[in-house]
Amino acid sequence: MTDKTMTADDVIARLHSGMTVGIGGWGSRRKPMALVRALLRSEITDLTVVSYGGPDVGLLAAAGKLRKLIAPFATLDSIPLEPHFRAARQAGSFALAEVDEAMFMWGLHAAANRMPFLPVRAGLGSDVMRVNPGLKTVTSPYEDGETFVAMPALRMDAALVHVNRADRLGNGQYLGPDPYFDDLFCEAADTAYVSCERLVGTGGFRDAPPQTLLVARHAVTGVVETPHGAHFTSCVPDHGRDEPFQKLYATTPWPEFAARFLHGDEKTYQAAVRTWHEERTAKEEQK
Amino acid sequence: MTTTTGPAAATTRAEYCVIACADAWRDNGEVLASPMGTVPSIGARLAKRTFSPDLLLTDGEAMLVGLDGEPEGWLPYRRHLTMVTGGRRHVMMGAGQLDRFGNQNISCIGDWQQPARQLLGVRGAPVNTLNNPVSYWVPRHSPRVFVERVDMISGVGYDSAAAAGPSATRYHRIPRVVTNLGVLDFATPDRSMRLASLHPGVTADEVRQATGFALTVPERVPRTREPSGDELRLIREVIDPQRLRDREVPS
Repeated sequence: MTDKTMTADDVIARLHSGMTVGIGGWGSRRKPMALVRALLRSEITDLTVVSYGGPDVGLLAAAGKLRKLIAPFATLDSIPLEPHFRAARQAGSFALAEVDEAMFMWGLHAAANRMPFLPVRAGLGSDVMRVNPGLKTVTSPYEDGETFVAMPALRMDAALVHVNRADRLGNGQYLGPDPYFDDLFCEAADTAYVSCERLVGTGGFRDAPPQTLLVARHAVTGVVETPHGAHFTSCVPDHGRDEPFQKLYATTPWPEFAARFLHGDEKTYQAAVRTWHEERTAKEEQK
Repeated sequence: MTTTTGPAAATTRAEYCVIACADAWRDNGEVLASPMGTVPSIGARLAKRTFSPDLLLTDGEAMLVGLDGEPEGWLPYRRHLTMVTGGRRHVMMGAGQLDRFGNQNISCIGDWQQPARQLLGVRGAPVNTLNNPVSYWVPRHSPRVFVERVDMISGVGYDSAAAAGPSATRYHRIPRVVTNLGVLDFATPDRSMRLASLHPGVTADEVRQATGFALTVPERVPRTREPSGDELRLIREVIDPQRLRDREVPS
C-alpha cells in the first residue's frame, strides 16, 4: 500500500498561489500550525482560506498570504479577539466571506457529499445575507413550503489538518474531546494533508476506541509527523495550549514576532520557543 | 466568613444580575443552558441547583457535565450545532451592539467592508437566533451598546426575522436582555424593547440615558426580584466564593 509520509515542505511544494486551502481545528484548538508555518516560509500567496479561524488565519493574514477568507470568526479562545486578523481586516487587506458557524458546517457537508448546496435555517434575517450577495435561498418542495439558505459547497483544492496519531497510509486518530470538522475538511478537498503528533505502525491505534479513527486514508494525500505541530494551539492529550506563548504572539508587533520565531524551519521554531520559555522561567526565578 | 460576604450582607448589584440571568432559564426543562460571561454562568448554575434541575451544562469544551463537573455526555461542536437547530438549548450571548428590536452585533464596528474595529465575526449568532431561544447579557449598559441600528446583524432581531419571513420567525425568540441596570424584554405590540424590571437602586431615567434609542418604559416598572436566602448562600458560598461576579459588575 502507498506510503504517504512526507515532510511539511513536501506538502507545501504541492500547493501553489491562488489555491483554496481549508484548515482544520477550531479557533486556537488543534490547528495544523507546523504546516501553516511551512506555508509562511514559502513563496505561495493569494490564498483563499476556509477555516473556523484561529491563529492560522492571524499568521497568514499578517504575512500577507490571504486573498480571501471564508470563516464565521477568528479567535484565540482564551484571548477572544485575534489581533492580526483584526489588524488586517481593519486595513482592508483581504476579502471576507463571513458566514455563520452552522452554514459553514453545511458547506463542508455539501462539498464532502458532492452536493452543490445544502439547505440550512441560518443566515435568514442576518447581515450574512447582505455581505454575501451571492447567497441564494431554496424553497422546500414539500407541503411546509419553507424557505432556507442554500449554503454552497465549500469545495477546496487542499485541506490541512492536525491529529494526535496517524499511520503511513493516511489514517488519522484524534485523542482529544472534540473531532472538530477535520474529517469533513479532508473529504471536502481534492487533496488532504494530515500532520500528526506521532506516526504509529501496525496496531498503533488499538489503545483508544474505534471512533477516535477520525480521518480515513481514502481521503488523505499525505502524512507528516510534526511533534508539537499544533503549537501554540491545544492538542490534548499530547499538549495543551501554550497560553504564555499565545499571549506573546498576541501582544508582540508582527515584524518582531516573525523575526524571532519564523525566520527558520520548524526545528528552529521549536528551539526558539524552548529558549523563550527558558528565558521566561529564569526571569521569574530571579523575581 | 466575614459579615460583608456572608448570607446576611446586603444583596449586591452583581447578585441581582445573577438572579435575573438565572430566571431566564426558569421552566426551560431539559435543555442546554449556554451562558456566555461570568454572571450568566453563575446564573445558569444557580438555576440548575434550584428551580431548573434538569438543565444541561457543558465544561466549555466538548463534555456535558453535572454540577460536580463529572461528565454525563459528549457534545462536540457538530452535535452542539444539532442541539441548536433542534431547539433544545437556551443561550445567553454577549453583544457588542444591540438595537431596539433585538438585532445583535458581535462581528465588527463600522463599515463591514473595512471595519473601524473588527470583533469576533458573526460566529453562531445567525443559527442561534433562528433556532433556539437567545437571551443577552450586557454587563455595562451604555449608548455604545444599545444603538439605534447595529453595524452588522449577527443575532437576528424581531423586525429582521419578520422581514425575512416565516422560516426565520418560526423558532425565533429573545426571552430577555439582562444588563447591570435591569432586565429588558420584547413584550410590546411591535416587539420593540421594553424595560421589564429595574435592579434595586437604579432609576428608569438612568436606563433611558444609557440607551441609545427610544425605550418603552411602562408607567410602573417592577424591581428585579430579591434572591432567597438559600440562593444568596449558594451564590456566595458554593458557586462563586471567589466573587468573580464583582469583577464583571462592580458594586
